[in-house]
Amino acid sequence: MMAHLILRVTIKLLFAPIIVFALYVQFHGEYGPGGGFQAGVIFAAAFVLHALGFGLDETKKVLPPKVLPWLMVTGVMLYAGTGVATMLLGENFLDYDILQPDSHHHAGQHIGIILVELGVGVAVASTMLTIFYYFAGREPEIRDEDW
Amino acid sequence: MAIPGLEQLPVLPVVIPLVAAPLTLLMKPGRAPWAWATLVSWVTFVVTLLLLEAVWVHGPVEYAMGGWGAPEGMSAPIGITYYVDLANALVLTLVAGIASVVFPYAYYSVESEIDHRQTPAFYTALLICFTGLLGVTITGDAFNVFVFLEISSLSTYALIAMGARNDRRALTASFNYLVMGTIGATFYVIGIGLLYQATGTLNMLDLHQQLMGQSNRMVEAGFAFIITGIGLKLAMVPLHLWLPNAYCYAPSAISAFLAATATKVQVYIILRFMFSVFGFEFAFLEVALNAFIVLGIVGMFYASFVAVFRDNVKQMLAYSSIAQIGYMLLGISFGTVDGVAASLIHVFNHALIKAALFMGVGCVVLRLGSSNFAAFNGLAKRMPWTAWGLIISGLSLVGVPLTVGFISKWKLMEAAFQTQTFIPPLLIVLLIGASSLLAAIYIGRLAYAMLLQPVPEDAEPVKEAPHLMRITMWIMVLANIWFFFQTDVTVGVATRAAQALLDTGLGYGGAY
Amino acid sequence: MDIIEFIVGRYNYWIFITLMMIGLYIVISRGNLIKTIVGLNLFQTSVFIFYISIGKIVGGTAPILVGSYKADDSYGEGYGDESHGAGEQTSGAREGLHDADGLDIPSNSLSAEVPAGGAPSAVSGSLHQMPDTARETAAGMASGVNATYDSVADAAAQGAEVIYTNPLPHVLILTAIVVGVATTALGLALAVRIREAYGTIEEDELEAEDHFAEFGVPLHPEQGQARGGAA
Repeated sequence: MMAHLILRVTIKLLFAPIIVFALYVQFHGEYGPGGGFQAGVIFAAAFVLHALGFGLDETKKVLPPKVLPWLMVTGVMLYAGTGVATMLLGENFLDYDILQPDSHHHAGQHIGIILVELGVGVAVASTMLTIFYYFAGREPEIRDEDW
Repeated sequence: MAIPGLEQLPVLPVVIPLVAAPLTLLMKPGRAPWAWATLVSWVTFVVTLLLLEAVWVHGPVEYAMGGWGAPEGMSAPIGITYYVDLANALVLTLVAGIASVVFPYAYYSVESEIDHRQTPAFYTALLICFTGLLGVTITGDAFNVFVFLEISSLSTYALIAMGARNDRRALTASFNYLVMGTIGATFYVIGIGLLYQATGTLNMLDLHQQLMGQSNRMVEAGFAFIITGIGLKLAMVPLHLWLPNAYCYAPSAISAFLAATATKVQVYIILRFMFSVFGFEFAFLEVALNAFIVLGIVGMFYASFVAVFRDNVKQMLAYSSIAQIGYMLLGISFGTVDGVAASLIHVFNHALIKAALFMGVGCVVLRLGSSNFAAFNGLAKRMPWTAWGLIISGLSLVGVPLTVGFISKWKLMEAAFQTQTFIPPLLIVLLIGASSLLAAIYIGRLAYAMLLQPVPEDAEPVKEAPHLMRITMWIMVLANIWFFFQTDVTVGVATRAAQALLDTGLGYGGAY
Repeated sequence: MDIIEFIVGRYNYWIFITLMMIGLYIVISRGNLIKTIVGLNLFQTSVFIFYISIGKIVGGTAPILVGSYKADDSYGEGYGDESHGAGEQTSGAREGLHDADGLDIPSNSLSAEVPAGGAPSAVSGSLHQMPDTARETAAGMASGVNATYDSVADAAAQGAEVIYTNPLPHVLILTAIVVGVATTALGLALAVRIREAYGTIEEDELEAEDHFAEFGVPLHPEQGQARGGAA
């Protein structure tokens, strides 16, 4: 336990800033460099770091693997749902302008991009973590049925 | 517009399976994911039929994603557009049609070949693959093709690897396919990069406009990269080595689906790039056309020849697929309306043939647990419906009258007679005939085993395949006969589609 | 001198081709599945470099609206400082164009100057450098800095003094990177599964085992016996 003390304290210190940075990249992506994919990867990286320091089981308690498929689906549905919503409102797929048609400043574009990027971010983060969980949590010998 | 919502039609074939796929992942293993996937394939099929009808009546349809169409004063769209003309409407309908028959078929086959708990993941991957194939076909943006190509390919690798429960060779087959497929896709991206550098656009029709008269080394290199890349994915003859094992060890339903759709979509991309994007003004096209004659003929013979000596029926059919790709390339290589039409007709017909054949083999695998020739001995007595379905679609593969295979061969020969290439037309026709004989030999071998070989004495009695599988298989078999009589559907659409493609290629057409 | 210029002027292509060949060579020659994936990655990365380098313009800045506006433009100022002396760079790019005249492969700086999207007349000045996304970026920027420009033309006129790097290849390659990540993950997953099913990830051993399974005889009789015994 003591052997990893410095490592674990460092990880504890870094964990929250990484998440905050991920959120910054996520919501800054609409104005400047950034966006859902990068944010999702940074977000997942925080959990990977956690797993490296505290062990996979601890991380799985923080973010259970069962949640991840739901998050993946939520992410994709948020993305596709935005597109379908614009279609239902009578414009082309992902034509964000219709979300706020009266605006002169293309406010619809803002709303649309934020929603879509959020969807991408959630989907990417959960997918990355799923991949990590599966690779890291692999038993050395595994039965065929478990695959 | 006659039907309300028609303007949204071009995007629906991609959006419907795309939205449906993630939802499948959350379902309970068993019947629900299968029923959902089937429903989605049917809805998509209806949409593609409406789309085909709309294109047939009103001409090409264009759809600007996100409303980023061409602004005033500019000729080309800013964003990604979906562009549907008859050629891709036909392929779209084909892909969705095959899916709407193969997905219901899959149920029992998947239950027996794939771990029960994996079924939601399986159908999710299947729907994503379906989305990708439709997206490749429908999009009018060259880079978007790559994205959809990889969406379909990645899910295909996973689906093939799922056959590992029966035979671990599925894993190595899938890995080899992954390596080859990724190299192919990356080649394609390099090609697109070079074209983008030369023209500054990615829209296919705009590329055509910008490339007019441009014929420098950069464009030629781009062309070569694109054709080689797609050739890898297509299993064009020297680049075909990944295909036999991938189709052989994949789960039966996947073999049927992929053999009938994946390579067909690649043929469409080649057609699109050769004629719609580059066109005849591009002098280098001639080189590719001449290469296609040679590769086509070599493929026809080499792969048929190998197929004769295979002991595994699935592998035999996979090699036969490579040979059939040879016919399609040969049709393209004529560079005439008839040739391209013959190629498109064969794309359509061969999809029906191979779907029926692989579905039949899937029934045998379900009941007898093997696709080796030994399992087929005396099959006509043990599983008559399956056996006769296999024989009829096998005859169609050979090109016997009363089946669609005959139409394909007939149109191809007709086209061959009217073209001037460096090989005399008569010789090409004779070669087509001779390679059909090779097909007759390997199909004959299968028919011989099923009809005349005795049932092994120690064999346990077997039941016929479940009704669902038999019915769906026979839908395909009957389609093989029906489209012989209803040639105006295939030949009519294909000829007009080829006409449109070549008009663009010659510089008459072009939507802008 | 010409030869040196030919080589140095296109150094990005040399890097791209060298990396690509190294990657392909690894894919073809290495028998280990993991090494194959590494080679594949290198191969893909070379293409990323190719795309990114064709979008880059010497002295060009990120495609974010710069300059001084009436409205709140803290973003613009920040990036504006980086692109010092816009006028200089415009002439620099012109020179690049001139040098490359008569060559059939456009050099680095020229590549992005090629008029694009069938829209040469519609957009002016440096907007050439961001062809397909012109409206997208311009519209995004116009709203992004809360400026009062409604039309593309206004935004374009304002941005005309600054040279932007073409963002489109970068965006495209971001997509390709995502695809690459997925491919690598899937490839590694398959390698793990193969290791579990076969006990090896060496290609020739896999081949020998498959050969044995298919034909019932060892691929290399003298080695095969030993393995057959072990299995």
